[in-house]
Amino acid sequence: MSVTAPAPLAVRKTVTVAAPQAIAFEVFTGRIASWWPMATHKIGQADCAAVVIEPRAGGRWFERGTDGVECDWGRVLAWEPPQRVVLAWQLSSAWAFDPAIRTEVEVRFTAIDARTTRVELEHRGLEVYGDEAGTMRDTFASRSGWGGMLEHYAEVAGR
Amino acid sequence: MRRSAATLTQARRFAALGDPTRLEVFRLLSRAPLSVTEIAEQLPVSRPAVSQHLKVLGDAGLVDWESAGTRNIYRPNSDGVASLRDFIDSLWDVGLARFKAAAEAAATSRSKEKP
Repeated sequence: MSVTAPAPLAVRKTVTVAAPQAIAFEVFTGRIASWWPMATHKIGQADCAAVVIEPRAGGRWFERGTDGVECDWGRVLAWEPPQRVVLAWQLSSAWAFDPAIRTEVEVRFTAIDARTTRVELEHRGLEVYGDEAGTMRDTFASRSGWGGMLEHYAEVAGR
Repeated sequence: MRRSAATLTQARRFAALGDPTRLEVFRLLSRAPLSVTEIAEQLPVSRPAVSQHLKVLGDAGLVDWESAGTRNIYRPNSDGVASLRDFIDSLWDVGLARFKAAAEAAATSRSKEKP
């Protein structure tokens, strides 16, 4: 294998959905609880009852546990329905909210036609975790963190 | 579906961690580097079984080891940032697959409401 540049510390994904742009935006943001894998991708102690993105710039992005406790994930940095949303993802490498940490998740919704939308996601700024690689490995393996998502991934990868 | 080499590597990693005992082994190593004996002391698993699990984890690129006298000390693969990137990459693979299903279900039910 040839020598390659260091992997960019951003993750980019594109998915095309058979849904109008407005619905795609609404499901991604307003109904995030309908698709976020809450069983495994949560930070609170209790089971996750809801994930909420408040529909405005400056709004909160948080999970609410079945015990009623709310755990912040970050903030809404840009709110431009139905085209674009930018979220701050402020989870430390130990998956606790940390206002000093700021990675960004930008999601763009482009209408291909009246019934089809291209959704492009970029999760950037991951270099903030660079000094915490050891802790991150712990997180990677931890079931109380997001380790449980491994099984989910296997399901998806196996399709 | 076309799959990249990176996806296949990840799939192998996740498959390696799909076994509950191996996941336990990996979690232990994430807290502190350990020898086979030390791992076996903390889990209801024999030393040969621990060795076998470590081999699978090693083949998947998840653990490294170094010799310390007569024994090997195991630790997670040192490329933690890359692991993180892979981790978040996988997270969004899962999330967007579920999002796509939810959005398309919403679009279908909406079009039924407004024929």
